[in-house]
Formats: sequence, structure tokens, C-alpha cells
Amino acid sequence: MPDQVLYAMEAGLNGLMAGVMYALVALGFVLIFKASGIFNYAQGVLALFAALTLVGFQDGQIPFAHLINAIFGTELHNFGWTLPAFVAIVLAAAVMVLLAMVIERYVLKHLVNQPPIILFMATIGMAYFLEGLGDIMWGADIKKLDVGIPQGINDTIESVTDSLLGYGFFIDNLDIVASVVAALLVISLTLFSQYSKQGRALRAVADDHQAALSVGISLRFIWVLVWSIAGFVALVAGIMWGSKSGVQFSLSLIALKALPVLMLGGFTSIPGAIVGGLIIGMGEKLFEFFVGPMIGGATENWFAYVLALLFLVFRPQGLFGERIIERV
Amino acid sequence: MNKTLTALALVLATATPALADLVVPSLSYRTGPYAPNGIPYADGFADYFTMLNERDGGIGGEIVQVPECETAYNTEKGVECYESTKGSGALVYNPLSTGITYQLIPKVTADGITLYTPGYGRTSAANGKVFANVFNYPANYWDGASIIIKDILGHEGGSLEGKKIALVYHNSAYGKEPIRTLQELAKKDGFELIEIPVDHPGQEQKSQWLQIRRDKPDYVIMYGWGVMNAVAIQEAVNIKYPMDHFYGIWWSGSENDVTPAGEGANGYKSISFHGTGSDYPVYADLKKYVYDAGKAAGDGTNPGNVLYSRGMYAAMIISEAIRTAQAATGHAAVNAAEVRDGFESLDLTEARLTELGLPGFAQPIKATCADHGGPGTAMIFQWDAAAKKWNAASDWISADADVIDPLIAEDSAAFAAENKIAERCN
Repeated sequence: MPDQVLYAMEAGLNGLMAGVMYALVALGFVLIFKASGIFNYAQGVLALFAALTLVGFQDGQIPFAHLINAIFGTELHNFGWTLPAFVAIVLAAAVMVLLAMVIERYVLKHLVNQPPIILFMATIGMAYFLEGLGDIMWGADIKKLDVGIPQGINDTIESVTDSLLGYGFFIDNLDIVASVVAALLVISLTLFSQYSKQGRALRAVADDHQAALSVGISLRFIWVLVWSIAGFVALVAGIMWGSKSGVQFSLSLIALKALPVLMLGGFTSIPGAIVGGLIIGMGEKLFEFFVGPMIGGATENWFAYVLALLFLVFRPQGLFGERIIERV
Repeated sequence: MNKTLTALALVLATATPALADLVVPSLSYRTGPYAPNGIPYADGFADYFTMLNERDGGIGGEIVQVPECETAYNTEKGVECYESTKGSGALVYNPLSTGITYQLIPKVTADGITLYTPGYGRTSAANGKVFANVFNYPANYWDGASIIIKDILGHEGGSLEGKKIALVYHNSAYGKEPIRTLQELAKKDGFELIEIPVDHPGQEQKSQWLQIRRDKPDYVIMYGWGVMNAVAIQEAVNIKYPMDHFYGIWWSGSENDVTPAGEGANGYKSISFHGTGSDYPVYADLKKYVYDAGKAAGDGTNPGNVLYSRGMYAAMIISEAIRTAQAATGHAAVNAAEVRDGFESLDLTEARLTELGLPGFAQPIKATCADHGGPGTAMIFQWDAAAKKWNAASDWISADADVIDPLIAEDSAAFAAENKIAERCN
């Protein structure tokens, strides 16, 4: 097989893997939009906040230490213990549930029946607030995140492809783990929404708020539930991306990678987020491989949006989105 | 009414620096994606001036005010910060951003204020004949590229014929700076240059590192900033690229960049135009007058690290330029024009660095009307992941002036022609 074909195959495979990472972020957007019609601008910051909290627990960092030291002149930094990754993940997930309750109690509750743009603006405010809160709680320094996920080239895939094709493919172990986690997440979310009482209530709210309220479904409970799930998904995305680059404030910018995925896959479909992620990931990597060198490279950021726009021309609601026709 | 006006006057009097104070605004970034790099730099900058104020009563008896203005590494905010602080009697700006620097060059020139951009900004500002108010000593981006190539030449027995060198760069004005220099050096030294851009913020670089894996360059040079650095180093570890063949410019060589990759980053190289670590005598005074006195700018975790040291270096140079201006004019309350002259006649010797408690921390500088770029020297440092510290891996290396000087002359001449600037210093 010619080298160029092998290289393209490798780029395409890595694109699929990158797409899974994008989809992990997009999933959080979809969950909240599906249940409440809110485009959650703060989803990227939720991932950052979750990852900061996780590392903070793992390292035994004292929250608000900098603030406490500045006010009281103390020298507090750490509790002096570290937590196993699993315990820290459970605690961080609990914090995300608590955060969901706070968001519902102090933000969303007061905005019931407001136009979507108001809710969107509220999430912009939340994004800035949470970013500042994360900074004050855990500090702005870059933190290493290690929850035991292997990283680096998968030697088995490299040696197998080398013996079969004469060229060893590069696939990152972290990406393989991310793919498995994403698959489990999608299966769990699908089972939850299809077969659990709360899941059915969530779908009912998504279909029609008023009708759901009329049959006794608590809108407030559903909002807490959906923001908790989105917070957990943000934690998973934060773990995957944070393992790669360390936990730092630019982690919130991963939301930029999710937008074209949402445009392509649709804002209301969980499988759409996955398929959208895969198409965007593979499309941008193959475009960079074939066309990038001719036009100076660094095409991925903009090409993802071009690809999403191309799909929108033919399916404005996205590949899996609901077609909404409003009649006057 | 009178009471209100008096109260207002009192508030204004306490909110703005006293007229006699020396004002050095700090255009810092403690928020946003680049905050992890902006914070230690701003802390080092502020702590050095706090030490001078507490220990010596300022510079020449004049207290130095360092009002901070948050730019979030955003060019528009940086310009707003400049406009909002210049009226307070600002003497010099150091915005730690090439984008902000480009926007401020015409403004400071018109306002007669100094712009000091050590190791960043517009490289050709090293030519004082054209850029009267901008100083970028001791080294610039092009010097950095040349110094890295010189070090590689040393490891390759003096010849790079047939070698491949990849440049992984931030796809911005900053990241593109070394391309022209490296192209010239590639012609001169016979290596093949592979240019690989990475878009902001650089969170995802799989394509770039797959290309490196395929092309197998003998060396990789990185001009990155922020998260791009950490991701690039992790991706290099992932593809098992030899770390001692991977060089970063000084903006790709802080603890922030190597820590996330853990042990894998061991052996990564970076260059720096100043020393690092807290073993210098000046730290005894910083501890006594700043840290222990509860007057430190940060949370106490940054002193001695690379970016803290760089912020401190910038503060030290600015304070020495102010001191030079005071000595030349005979008065302590120097103005912006006099400080600019101080920058232009700065003579920082090894003996003076020792007096300052920074022996061997940096190279001496002797500025002139034409030379605003300094010696163009730097050292190679190598990351020791186990000890979590940078170790010097070379002596001071000078840039290849035969290549750099004509490029600076060419670029500054184009700027002068475009802006109708008559050359000075003739």
C-alpha cells in the first residue's frame, strides 16, 4: 500500500479519536438544550471547574487558601493528605450535583418563562462567575491531572499495523480510553432516558414544559437532574482533556471544539453529538493532511466550522436535530 | 457642595499616585487562558519594586508606584489599559504581549513614553535609529532562533547538512517571527526547515505531531505560549520524540509547560536570557522586605520559577534605567523623556548585577542610540523532571549577528519608510 494511503488512514483514525473527545464536550450542551432549550455557554467552564475540583481533592488542596491567607495572614496550602483518584472523582461529581442545585435555586428558578435569550445570557454570566470562583477556590496555576489513564502510543496497534501494512499506526492510549468511556456514557444516558422514570420525565419536559407540569412532573427537579448529569459529563470531559494538557484555564476553550459538532449533529440528539464529533474529527484531520500543506497548515479550527456549515446548507436542523416548523 | 468637592479631591488624591512618585504601570494578565503565565511574571515584576520601596525607599528616594491593569492577554484591553494609565505620569510600559506591543509602538512614540519588551514584541525594534521609544534588550525572537541553531550545531559537530529541523509555532504574529531567520539559517547551514503552525489555543495538536512522526525531523523548535506548550510536550512524549532534541524559545520553557507531562518531559530544552531559581542573594532581601512582611504580590508559590524570574528581570532593568536617568539629570523625580534617555544610555555591568544581588543572573548590557537590542545572548536550560528544576545546559551563547543584523535593518527600514520616520543617531 502506498505510504500516502497509510498516512491518510492513520490521520483519519486519529481524527475519529479526536472526534470522540469533541463529542464528550458536545454531550453536555445537548443534554441541557434537550431538556430546557438553554444553550449553555458555561459548559466549557463547567468542565474546567470540575477538573479543578477533582485535582484539588486529589492533591488535598485547601479551597480558597489564597483568599484565607490574604485575609488572615496564614500560610495554608494543603491539608497534608492526598486522595485516591476514584474517591476524588466521586467527591468532584458530588460537587457538580451541588453546583447544579445552586444554579437551579439561584439562577434558573428566577428565570422560568423568560425568553431563551435571557437564559442564554444567564449562562454567559455563570461562565464568568464560575471561572472566577474556580480561580479563587483552587488557584490559577497549571495542575497535573493523573487519574491513572494511560497515555502515549499504543504499542500493540503499532506493532500489529506494522507487521500487516509495513507502517505502525499511532493511536494514543488516552484516546482509546476516551472512546470506551464515551461509548459507555452514551449507552448509559440512552438507557436512562428510555427506561427510567426520571429519564421519561426528562423527555416529557423536553417535549413540552406545560404538559409535563400538568401531569405533576417537577420542573425544578428535572432541571437539577439535567444540570447534574451535564456536570458529570463535564467532569468526564475535564478528566480526558485535563489529562492531556494539565488542568489550566484554557480548558474552558474546549467548548469551541464542540460548537461545530453541535451544528452538525444537532442540538437535541445524543447520538448526533457522537456522530457529529466523528465526522468533524475525521474531516478536519483528513483536510489538514491532504490540503493543509498546500495552504500553510493550521486548517483544523476553521475547517470544522466550514464542514458544519456545509451540512447546515442541506439540513439546517443538523443531522439528527428535530425539524421545528413554527406556524403563525 | 464645597464638602463634596473636597471629598472628591481627597478620593482622587488617594486613588492616583502622588505626582512626585515614579509610575510604572503593570499591564498584567491574572485572568483568562494565559493567566498561569501572566501571574508569576506580574508577581516577580511587582515584588522587585516592592523590595526597592521597602528597603531603599524607592529609587533615588522616590517611591515607585506599580498600578496593575488587567489585559487578559487581549490586545484591545491592553490598549485600553495604556490609555487609562498613561495620564498618571507613566514612565514605561512592559505589556508582556507581542500583540499589545504592536499596537502600542505608534502610541508610545507619539506620547514620548518608553515601551520595554525584553524577549518579545517587534524584533526590529532593536534598531534604535528607527524605534526611538522601544527597547527589547537583552535578546529578541530572532536571536533566540539563531542561538538554538548554534547549540544544535554544537551537538552535530558544526554541520547541519542534510538535517531536518521542524518549527512548531503559535499561528500568530509572535509565532511567525522566527520563520524568516530560520529560512536564512537553513540556507546558510544547509538544513531543511519544516514549518508547522498550531492555531490558538493549541489544545488539539494531533495532526501536527503525526506529521512530525512521519517526517522524522532531527530537531524540533517550538515557539508557543500558554496551553500550546504543555500539549506539544505531551504529544512529543506520546510519539516518543527524543526530548533532548526538542527546544523551546524562552516563552516555551517555564515550569507550567513541562509539569503536566510529568516524567516524560525530562530532558526537554529551552533557552533563557536570565537565570532561574532562588539562589541569588537578592532573594534574601525579597524574603525580608517582601515575603515575610506580607507584602508579596502572589501566594508565595512562584518565587524562583522561570516566569517570576523574568518579571523580576524586567523590573530590575526598568529600575536601572530610571537610576541612570536620575544620575544623568541630577534629580530623582524623572519624567518619561528622561527615562527614555536612561534606557538609551543604560550600562549594566557584571559588577552592577553583583551589587544588585544578581551575580551571573544575566549578561551585561550597554545600550546606545542605535542599539536597543542588547547583546543577543541566552543560555540553554534542560528540564530535570525528577528534581523538578531547570539546569543550565550551556554557557551563554551569542546570536549569529551576520544573519540577524541585516534582517533587522531590512525590517526596520521598511517600517521607517511606511511610517515616514527619519533615521536618528547619524
